[in-house]
Amino acid sequence: MEAELLIENFKEKFKSDILEIAVKNQKRISITVKPDSIINVAAFLYRKEGYRFIIASALHTKKGFEIHYHFSKDNLGLVLNIHVILDMDNPQIESLSNMFNASNWIEREMHELFGINFLNHPNQEKLISEGNWAEGVYPLRKEFK
Amino acid sequence: MGFKNFCFKKSLWVFHFGGASCNNCDIEILDCLTPRHDLERFGILLVGSIRHADVLLVNGSINMHDRERLIEIYNQAPKPILVVAIGACGCTGGFFTESYTFAGPVDKIIPVDVYVPGCPPKPEAIIAGISKLVMNS
Amino acid sequence: MSKKTLIPIGPYHPLQEEPELFKLYCDGEIVKDIKWVTGYNHRGIEKLSESKTYEQVFFLVERICGICSSSHPFAFANAVEEIADIEITDRAKYIRSIIGELERIHSHLLWVGLAGHFLGYNTLFMWAWKYREPVLDLFEMISGNRNSYAMFKVGGVRRDIEETKIPVIKKVLDDVKKKTDLLTGAVMDDPVIHARTKGVGILSKQDIIDYGAVGPTARASGVAIDVRKDDPYAAYPLVNWKVITAEAGDVFAKAQVRLLEMYESIYIIEQCLDGLKKEKTGDIALKVKEIPEGIGNGRAEAPRGEVFHFVVSDGSNSPARHKIRAPSYVNIATFKKSCIGQTIADATISLAAVDPCYCCTERMAVAYDISSGEKIMNASELINESVKKTNDIKRIIKSKL
Repeated sequence: MEAELLIENFKEKFKSDILEIAVKNQKRISITVKPDSIINVAAFLYRKEGYRFIIASALHTKKGFEIHYHFSKDNLGLVLNIHVILDMDNPQIESLSNMFNASNWIEREMHELFGINFLNHPNQEKLISEGNWAEGVYPLRKEFK
Repeated sequence: MGFKNFCFKKSLWVFHFGGASCNNCDIEILDCLTPRHDLERFGILLVGSIRHADVLLVNGSINMHDRERLIEIYNQAPKPILVVAIGACGCTGGFFTESYTFAGPVDKIIPVDVYVPGCPPKPEAIIAGISKLVMNS
Repeated sequence: MSKKTLIPIGPYHPLQEEPELFKLYCDGEIVKDIKWVTGYNHRGIEKLSESKTYEQVFFLVERICGICSSSHPFAFANAVEEIADIEITDRAKYIRSIIGELERIHSHLLWVGLAGHFLGYNTLFMWAWKYREPVLDLFEMISGNRNSYAMFKVGGVRRDIEETKIPVIKKVLDDVKKKTDLLTGAVMDDPVIHARTKGVGILSKQDIIDYGAVGPTARASGVAIDVRKDDPYAAYPLVNWKVITAEAGDVFAKAQVRLLEMYESIYIIEQCLDGLKKEKTGDIALKVKEIPEGIGNGRAEAPRGEVFHFVVSDGSNSPARHKIRAPSYVNIATFKKSCIGQTIADATISLAAVDPCYCCTERMAVAYDISSGEKIMNASELINESVKKTNDIKRIIKSKL
C-alpha cells in the first residue's frame, strides 16, 4: 500500500534521524525525528514527494517543547505528523520559511505564544501579540512542578 | 410618539465598532439593512465616521488591543451618544471572560445605555433594542 | 526613490478608524508591497479550550467564526472521534453533511453579495443577502438558531431532522436553485464584471502550492484539493458529487467556482435527505464514556477551505492541547502575490476574492503617506476607488454600443 511505501522510502533516507514511527491507520502516521534533520525532512516531503504543509502545532510538556509539523498528501488523504522535541531551557529549531511561505506566520505565532526561536526566519516579528500581552510573556507555556 | 414617527422626524445614524468577535453579530447587524428587515426605510444609516453618529453599536468581547481603540472612539464621539452593547460578548464578555487577553466587558470601559443579549441576537431583537433606546431617551 | 503611498483596504461595514489589517504601499496607482498587522481579534481560544470539557469545547469552537460556524465543530468532532476510534451512525453522518452544505450555500451567497458591494453593485449585495434569508430560516427550523447551531457532539449530532421537515427543506432548496440561476446569470454574463474581474488578482498553481492555500482559492487555480474527496468524512462518500475547479486563478474564476459549488451543495443535500428516509429515526448519537490518550487530526471542508484541528488527549475530560487552523490563515497570506502589481482600485476585490473570514482576519487598514506619515485614505474611500473604476468601465462599454 502507498503508506507503507512512503514509510520505507522515509526510513531509507533518514535512518539515523528517526526516533519513533507510529502508524494509526493508512491515513494517519506520526514520525518523531531529531530536530536537526527538520530541513532535510521537509525538503524531502515538499519538493520530492509533493506534500502540502498544513500547519505546525507546538506543545509545552514535561519532555520539553514539542512541535508537530502536519503535512498532507492530498491524493491519498494522508496526514503525516513530523514530531520533534526541543530542549526545555532553550527551545530553538531551523525555520522552514525559506523553503516555502506556508510556514511563515505560524512560526511567528509559535514564537509569540511559546517563546520558541526559529533560526534564520526571514521576519520573526510580532504577529498577534502587539498590545495584547507584554514582552517576555508566553501565554501558552505551562507551569510544571 | 411611535418609533416610526420618531425616525421620520430624526433619522438615526449608527456607527458600528466590532471588538474581538466571531462576526455573527456583525453579520446580523448588516442583515438589518437588507430587504427583509430594511432599516434604511426608517432613515437609519450605518456611517463611516464616529463624528457623524448618534448611536454607537459595540459588539465582541474586547481584548487588550481593542480597548484603547474603543476608548478613543468614545472620546471622539459627539455627545450625547447612545451606546448599545450587542450580543452576549458585548454585554458580559460571553465565553471569553477567562481568556488572557480579555479586557473587561464593554460596560467596564464605556457607559452603556442598552444591552441586546443573544448569540447572536436576531435582527428583530437588535431593532427592538434600538427602538426601546430611542423611545426612552 | 519615487514617493510611495500607503493605502488601506476596508471591509464592507464601516469599522473603527485604525484597526490596521492591510497596509498597502503604493507607487502612484500601483501596489508595490503589502504588510499585515493584526491582533485585534485574538481571544485566546486555544488556551480556553484546555480548561473546558469536550462537550463545552463544541460551543466554544462554534464561535471562532460566525460564518463557518459548523465547520469548526465538524473538524473537532472528526479529531476527537479519531482519538476514540468511533464510527458514528449513518443518520448522524447525513445530518452533519446537510448542516455543512447548507452553511456552504449561505456563506457563498454572503460572499457574492460582498463582492458585488466592493465592485459597486449594491443591488447584487441586497439580492444575495435577501436570498440568504430562507437558508437561515431553515437553520432556525432545524436547530433553533440562525447562526451557531450547536448541532454537533462527540459521537453524533444533538438534534434530529424529522420526516415533516424534509419537504420544507426541499422546497426552500428549489427556490434557492432558481435564485442561484439568477445570480449566476447576473455575474457570469455581465461585461462590466468580466472587465473588472478577469485577469485581476491572479494566483498561479505554484503560488497556491507555495503558500499552502486551500478551498475555492486553490481550486480556482486548477489545484483540485477538497477534503471531502481526498479524506472523506461524514456522508460525502455515500453520495454523488463532483469537485468544481477552474484554471484561470483570477477573481472571475474564484467567483465561478463558488457559484457552481452552490449547485453541488444543493445536490448533496437532496441526496442526504433521501438517505435520511432510509435510516432509523432517532439513531443520531452514540454513547461515549471517555476519550482515551492519543492524538487526533481532524479536518473538514469549510466554505473557505480546509479547517484543521489537532487535539492531544491525556485521558482526562479536557483536551491537553487543541490547535486550530482556519483556512483563511493560509489563504490571506496569498495577498502578497495577488495584490502586488495591481492598481489600488483592484486591490479590494483581489483581497475579497480570497473570502477572508473577517474574524480570522479582522479589520482592514488605513493609508499613510510613506514619506510624511500622514493619513491619506480610509476604508470606505478605498471602496469608492473601486466603485469609480466600475463606473468608468460602464461608461466605456456603453459608449461602444
